[in-house]
Amino acid sequence: MALDKSYEAINSRKHDIIKNAMRIDYDEFEYEGIGFDYEGMMKKVGYSMDEMRKIQLEHGVGDTPLIELKNLTALARKYAPAGKGARIFIKDEAANASGSFKARRASISVHHAKKLGYKGVIAATSGNYGAAVASQAAMHGLKCIVVQECYDDRKVGQPEILEKQRICEAYGAEVVQLTVGPELFTTHLSLLEDTGYFNASLYTPFGIAGVETLGYEIAQQCRERLGKDPDVVICTDAGGGNLTGTARGLLKAGAQGTKVYGACIDLSGLHMASDKDFNKKSCTTGHTGFGLPFVTWPDRSDCPRNAARTLRYMDRLVTVKQGEVFYITQALAVLEGYERGPAGNTSLTAAFALAQEMDQDQILIVQETEYTGAGKHVMPQMTFARENGIEIKFGEPDTEVPGKSLVFPENPGQIKARDYDLEHARQSYIKNCVNNYHMTAASEEDVKFIMDEIRKDRDYVVAQLKQRGVTVK
Amino acid sequence: MKTAKKGDWVQIEEIVLPAGHRAPQVPEDTQKCDLKLWVKGVLQADAELGDEVEIKTVTGRTAKGTLCEINPRYVHDYGNFQPELLQVELQLKEILFGGDE
Repeated sequence: MALDKSYEAINSRKHDIIKNAMRIDYDEFEYEGIGFDYEGMMKKVGYSMDEMRKIQLEHGVGDTPLIELKNLTALARKYAPAGKGARIFIKDEAANASGSFKARRASISVHHAKKLGYKGVIAATSGNYGAAVASQAAMHGLKCIVVQECYDDRKVGQPEILEKQRICEAYGAEVVQLTVGPELFTTHLSLLEDTGYFNASLYTPFGIAGVETLGYEIAQQCRERLGKDPDVVICTDAGGGNLTGTARGLLKAGAQGTKVYGACIDLSGLHMASDKDFNKKSCTTGHTGFGLPFVTWPDRSDCPRNAARTLRYMDRLVTVKQGEVFYITQALAVLEGYERGPAGNTSLTAAFALAQEMDQDQILIVQETEYTGAGKHVMPQMTFARENGIEIKFGEPDTEVPGKSLVFPENPGQIKARDYDLEHARQSYIKNCVNNYHMTAASEEDVKFIMDEIRKDRDYVVAQLKQRGVTVK
Repeated sequence: MKTAKKGDWVQIEEIVLPAGHRAPQVPEDTQKCDLKLWVKGVLQADAELGDEVEIKTVTGRTAKGTLCEINPRYVHDYGNFQPELLQVELQLKEILFGGDE
C-alpha cells in the first residue's frame, strides 16, 4: 500500500524517518527534563580535529587564506576616534571547493554518509550549503538531492537562489524546488523516506564540528603571522552553525580570550513564510528572520537536537542594514580587489563599524567570504529589488525599511553595527523553554542545562524561571 | 517548441499541497497558494506542454507532474547597471586615494 503523503501523515512519521536517515540515537543524550548532554553528543558523534582536517584537506576544503584588508582598515580609521581602528582581516572561505565555508560542514556530513554506506545524501537548503553538499557528493560518488525554497506563487525566484539551483545542477545534483513555506521540511522528509538517502542536515553534530576547523585555522594563522590570538572574530549568523562551529574551534585551539560576535541583516517586519514578502528580501540568508529565532530557540531544525547553539558562545550580536551590506560589498571589490558575497559580507559590514571602536593594534577577523556569480551579486539583486518595487536611495541607513527600501549610506561613516540586546535573547530562550516544555517545575539538572545554554549563573536562571511561575525543586 | 520527445530534458510542476491544506502555521497570504514543486529530468514518453508526464531525474528517481519547460534555461544574470554602485566606487576612491591626482 502506498504511504499516506499528506502533511500530517509525513510529520507523524518524522521521528523514524530522521532516525533511519542519520542513524544517530538522539535519545541516548536526553536528560529526564528539558536538557540533553550537548558535549556528550558532540564528542560521540563528531570527529576529532585531526580527523576532520585530514578529511577536509583531501576534499578541497580548508587552509584558506587569511587576508589583511588594509584599505578597508584605512577607510575605517578615517571615521574612528584617534588611536582607534582595529586591523581587519578576512578568511577567504570562497577558496574552498564549491566556494563557501559551507564546504566544511558538507565535507564531514558526506564523508560520514559514505562511511555508513548510504547511496546518496539529501539537504534542504536554498543557500551555499546545497552547492557544498552537491560538490562533496560528486567527489565521493554519492547521489545528491537538494530541496530548495525557491519561488513565490508566480514562479518568480530570487536571482541568488536561482544561481544556487544552477550550481547544484552543475555538480550533478537533482534540485527539487518549492514555493514559499515551512512545508519544505515535509517534502524533505518524504524524499528521505522514498530514497533511503542520508539526511545531510545543516544541524548535525558532524555538520557543526566541520566548522570547528575554521576557528582552529584562524587561531593558528593569527599566531603564526601576528604572534597573538585575534581579539574579535565576527560571524554572519543565520542558523547558528557558522558561529557555533567557529567558536568551538577557537576554544579547541586554546584561544580563550578571543571574543566571538554574530552579525545579521535587519529584516524586521518581513514574515519569512509569507508568499508576498518572500521576494521583498534582497539576501536569502544571514538575516534576522533566521538568526533571531535560532538564537532564542535552536531546536527548530530538521534534527531532534540542533548542534548549533549560539547563546553558548556568542559575546555580542549586532545587526546591519541591507544597503550597508551592498555598500561594503562594493567597497571590498573596488578597494581590496575581491569580488565576494554579498550575503557573506554581512559580518564584514559589521566589522567595518566595530573596528572603529577597537584600538589600532587589535585584530578583528571576519571569518568568511563566499563566491560571487550571476544572480549572486549586488547588481542582479538590486535589479530584482527594483522589479519588486523596492526604493533604492542614498540616505541615513537607519531609515531603511525592510521590504520597502534599500538605503545606501551617504558616506562610509554612517555604517553602524547596532547591538541586539543579548539579555533579551537569553530571557526569550528561557521563555521558550517554559512554553515549549510546558514547565511548571524545574529540576537542578534543568537549571544547570539552562545555565550552560545561556552562560548565566544559577541565581539568574532561578529568578527568571520563578518569574514565569516555574518552581525549582 | 511545444512538443517534447521521449529522452528530452524537461521540467515538471506538481502541486504538493493544495491551497487550504497548507501547514497551520503558514500566514494568510501563503494559505491561499498551492505548495508547488518543480524538478527536472529526462522525459519518459513524447508529450506536449501541459500534459501529465513521467520523468527520470539525475538520481534515477521517477517523478510525475505537468510538463512545463523543455530544455529549461537558466534565466538569472548580472542584472542591469546600477548607478548607485558607480557612485559608491567613485566616492570610495576619492575618500581613500584623493580622486584623479
